[in-house]
Amino acid sequence: MEESRGPVLRVEDIRKSYGDNNVLNGVSFDVKLGDTKVIIGPSGTGKSTLLRCINHLDIPDSGKIFLNGEEVHGSKKNISKYRRQIGFVFQDFNLFDHLTALGNVMLGPIRVLNMSKEEARELARTELDRVGLQDKADLYPAQLSGGQQQRVSIARTLAMNPLLILFDEPTSALDPELIGEVLEVMRNLALSGMTMVVVTHEMGFARSVANEIIFMENGKILEQGPPNKIFYQPELERTKRFMHKISELYGREDREPQVAENQDNERRDNELEDDV
Amino acid sequence: MEDIFELLVRAVPFLLQGTGVTMSLVIGSLLIGFFLGVPMAIGEVYGGKTIARIIGIYVWFFRGVPILVLLFLFYFGLFNLIGLNLPAFLSGMIVLGLRSTAYQSQVFRGSIQSLGRGQMMAAESLGLTRTGAIIHVILPQALRLSIPGWSNEYCILLKDTAITYAIGVMEIMTRGNFIATTSYRPMPIFLTCAVIFIILTYGGIHLLHVLERSVRIPGYDERTKEAIY
Repeated sequence: MEESRGPVLRVEDIRKSYGDNNVLNGVSFDVKLGDTKVIIGPSGTGKSTLLRCINHLDIPDSGKIFLNGEEVHGSKKNISKYRRQIGFVFQDFNLFDHLTALGNVMLGPIRVLNMSKEEARELARTELDRVGLQDKADLYPAQLSGGQQQRVSIARTLAMNPLLILFDEPTSALDPELIGEVLEVMRNLALSGMTMVVVTHEMGFARSVANEIIFMENGKILEQGPPNKIFYQPELERTKRFMHKISELYGREDREPQVAENQDNERRDNELEDDV
Repeated sequence: MEDIFELLVRAVPFLLQGTGVTMSLVIGSLLIGFFLGVPMAIGEVYGGKTIARIIGIYVWFFRGVPILVLLFLFYFGLFNLIGLNLPAFLSGMIVLGLRSTAYQSQVFRGSIQSLGRGQMMAAESLGLTRTGAIIHVILPQALRLSIPGWSNEYCILLKDTAITYAIGVMEIMTRGNFIATTSYRPMPIFLTCAVIFIILTYGGIHLLHVLERSVRIPGYDERTKEAIY
């Protein structure tokens, strides 16, 4: 392990607004090699924006991103040099519709890493194998189920041999019965030591795989810590309410003790229900 | 007066020569429109405000002025003004091409925008540059989606070539008019012209349809059909 090199990813005081809407109000955290960090929080809280700011798909207004100690900034060419080291898995897959599963995985290695076609094909088969889709290599995205598409997109990212992978609600666009196969791939990745930052509402995954959970609201990190702390002994009343609400909505979680509900709480919970 | 058979035996080969001229005009101006229209569409979507505005003005002008006015404006006006002594055929092709550029750029722009931002983001997240993403991800999809709109443009452009009659290009219409006025039999002659145009129109549409099917992405069509029916 290369612990002496410090965090793989350092996010320092990232701020981003769209017009009058302040989406991120100063977010900082570190991700060490092999970490799996799960970011949770109500919708519209800036989680996806934060991930996009990390590889500059959205340009932050201020703040710094460091990848292995090197600041991510500068010209567009320079940025793409960093981006190839940061995998990104999108909520709606964004597979390239005109290419087969294999073609999707081969594109990056050929066009970015300048691999030969044969090498890239070999690599792509290995990565598709890793997500359990070796027999779907020649099918086009439109011929695959949502879960299969998302697994191809994970293979596409893996083929670039990234330092870390960002997952932006990878199962939110899937039918419930397809979520499991994607989560399993992600679980195996985490176990194999891949560094991951995952935005998700899947609490089962968060509790069993994450080594840290980050709770965000209104563009800020409210609380962070190991799953056991966030799930069972959160410091903030707000975190407790959110955890309660989300386990109720998304299930797969032990019952949490009922929060005392005065009128004010009830009102805020209703608001939360709308935006989860 | 010669009978209709004799008239047609004389007229058809003469008109068919004009068909070659017409098709050269169509192909030439479609290609001008394609090679200028694609970069213009890319510029309009990805080029920033200033470039989009300049392209907007170009499209606004060429869509707003009748083709006959454009033809006279360039052939008798601009080309003379800048000392360019182009033959009528070439002038016609250029003017039709420049106008087709305006329309084609909008066909391509529509296709590019219909792909959504996700394709570009996914390509960039892999480390492709903007240009690389456009070449390897955006265009292969956008051009496929453009074929129906493009075949419409072919249809319109083909029939617009007849307007070059006004500057004396020896295409179908100019030749038809010549025989019609010298034989005093306008009806069979112009009907023949009409038939030639119909054959060219639907022949071309058919070819483009074959192209569309041959480059179609497996599974993609079914998905679209499901959405429609």
